[in-house]
Amino acid sequence: MTTASKSIVRVLNVTAMLVLVAIFVIPFLWMISTSLKSYSETVIFPPKWIPSEIMWSNFAAAWNSGPFLKYLMNSVVVSISILLLQFTTITLAAYAFARYSFKGDKLLFGITMVTLMIPGQLIFLPVYLLMSKWGLINNLLALILPFSSSAFGIFMLRQSFKQVQEELIEAARLDDAPEWKIILKIMVPMARPTLVTFALFSFIAHWNDYFWPLVMTTSDAARTLPIGISKLREVDGGAAWHILMAGNMILVIPILIVFSFAQRQIIKAFVYSGVK
Amino acid sequence: MTVWSRLRPYVMVAPSIAVFSIFFIYPIFYMIFLSFYNWDFINPVKEFVGFNNFVEMFQNSEFLQVLTNSLNYTILSVSLSIVISLGLAMWLNREGAWYGFVQGALFSPHIISLVSVSLVWMWLMDPKFGLLNAILEMFGMQKLDWLSSPDSSLLSLVLVAVWKGVGYNALIFIAGLQSIPKDMYEASALDEANRWRTFYKITLPMLSPTLFFLIIINLIGSFQVFETIAIMTNGGPVNSTNTLVFYIYEYGFRYFKIGYASAAGVVLLLVVGLLTLVYFKLLSRRVHYQ
Repeated sequence: MTTASKSIVRVLNVTAMLVLVAIFVIPFLWMISTSLKSYSETVIFPPKWIPSEIMWSNFAAAWNSGPFLKYLMNSVVVSISILLLQFTTITLAAYAFARYSFKGDKLLFGITMVTLMIPGQLIFLPVYLLMSKWGLINNLLALILPFSSSAFGIFMLRQSFKQVQEELIEAARLDDAPEWKIILKIMVPMARPTLVTFALFSFIAHWNDYFWPLVMTTSDAARTLPIGISKLREVDGGAAWHILMAGNMILVIPILIVFSFAQRQIIKAFVYSGVK
Repeated sequence: MTVWSRLRPYVMVAPSIAVFSIFFIYPIFYMIFLSFYNWDFINPVKEFVGFNNFVEMFQNSEFLQVLTNSLNYTILSVSLSIVISLGLAMWLNREGAWYGFVQGALFSPHIISLVSVSLVWMWLMDPKFGLLNAILEMFGMQKLDWLSSPDSSLLSLVLVAVWKGVGYNALIFIAGLQSIPKDMYEASALDEANRWRTFYKITLPMLSPTLFFLIIINLIGSFQVFETIAIMTNGGPVNSTNTLVFYIYEYGFRYFKIGYASAAGVVLLLVVGLLTLVYFKLLSRRVHYQ
């Protein structure tokens, strides 16, 4: 290629990349712009990008339109409880599957792998009936218990536990170290990257989750932030886009901030979960 | 061996296995059981009706439309998403800060709640004041009805799904591309094979495990679409976006026809189960030609 055609290719490439980035960034910019507009500026066509007056009050209006502190607390309690419970259960199970052979281990690991392929959307109705029999509808436990272990987590962690060198464990056993000490002092530190990856993955999934809290709750007592935000549609008959987008910012901004700091780690977490 | 050391592994896996059995495995069987009954959830008595729920369902034109909608949505969104993300992956599989930034932007919708994505796109697609129609008009094109017409509503949801999904798919493809040994390309460069030939003879076969994985995962995911529908369209207009999970949800929680909803759930179970089987079959056969 001549230098001239090379530079044309480069210009085309850069232009195409800019268009591509625009397609993914503009919806977010549109959300930010709308969240700062007054109502009258959301109903002009063609729309304006920069509001003539910045309406910070939209955020207060969104926050005060429902029990948002309650929603936020519920979201925090649910995602953190799930994470802590999962850490405990998957570490124990992954260690057993990776390091012991016992009667029925294949069957039990099979159950784990089958669970990996069962989505919540398939079993929500029978689980709802179960929860209602136990009186757990509108209780945070209905949002936590089904996810207090993770088949995916066990699968991931078992792989990294298997990679820990046999000599390390044998040495510890010769020192008469009890099993719990081997897990806490050798296995968990060695598997730290996997645990961080899994934590990011699990936290984002449950923080964002809309489906499960929606089907397991009928009142605000146990509703989480995504449900609260989606209910902003009912404010002013659904036309209050400036309030809706302000509420939406409350949900999106924390995740985007975390993403901008830990982009590499998060992308790795999700890609790893896909490649396995 | 002491009793404890024999018991220990069982104790360690017990909490997890209990969670999986109670909340995932048992509900599957309970749902199959319920699909043979008529039950309104309040009445203590469940009435056994055999296969009636299934017969009724497949004679119900609404259900047949729901099934068609689900199929159309799935086939369209998966094929578009796979083709676009493969193209993007081939293009963006390069080193450099810029490429990293573009990959990050592409991926960002994947970590955003579907609630946010749905709300933003609802507003973008607003027929009167939305940005998409403003852009169409800027280029002298006709405004579209997007979600408010039964002709374009399902396609609009496909657009949102593709927007949300391509970044993730592209990054998985990029990981797949990077695992192809470089010397295979060097050999084909020596053979002076053209780009298309290289793509068909090397890239595509070497990428096939990733490709099949993504196709199956996307198929399973798309068939369960719920959030965008519940938030953006409520299944409408005139049922044009009513799909399987939303249908189960409505029959279970709005009409309290638990048996009928469970029967629809069994249909979803068969679809997901079949795709999963295909996946594990392919996995065990290792779709790979090196």
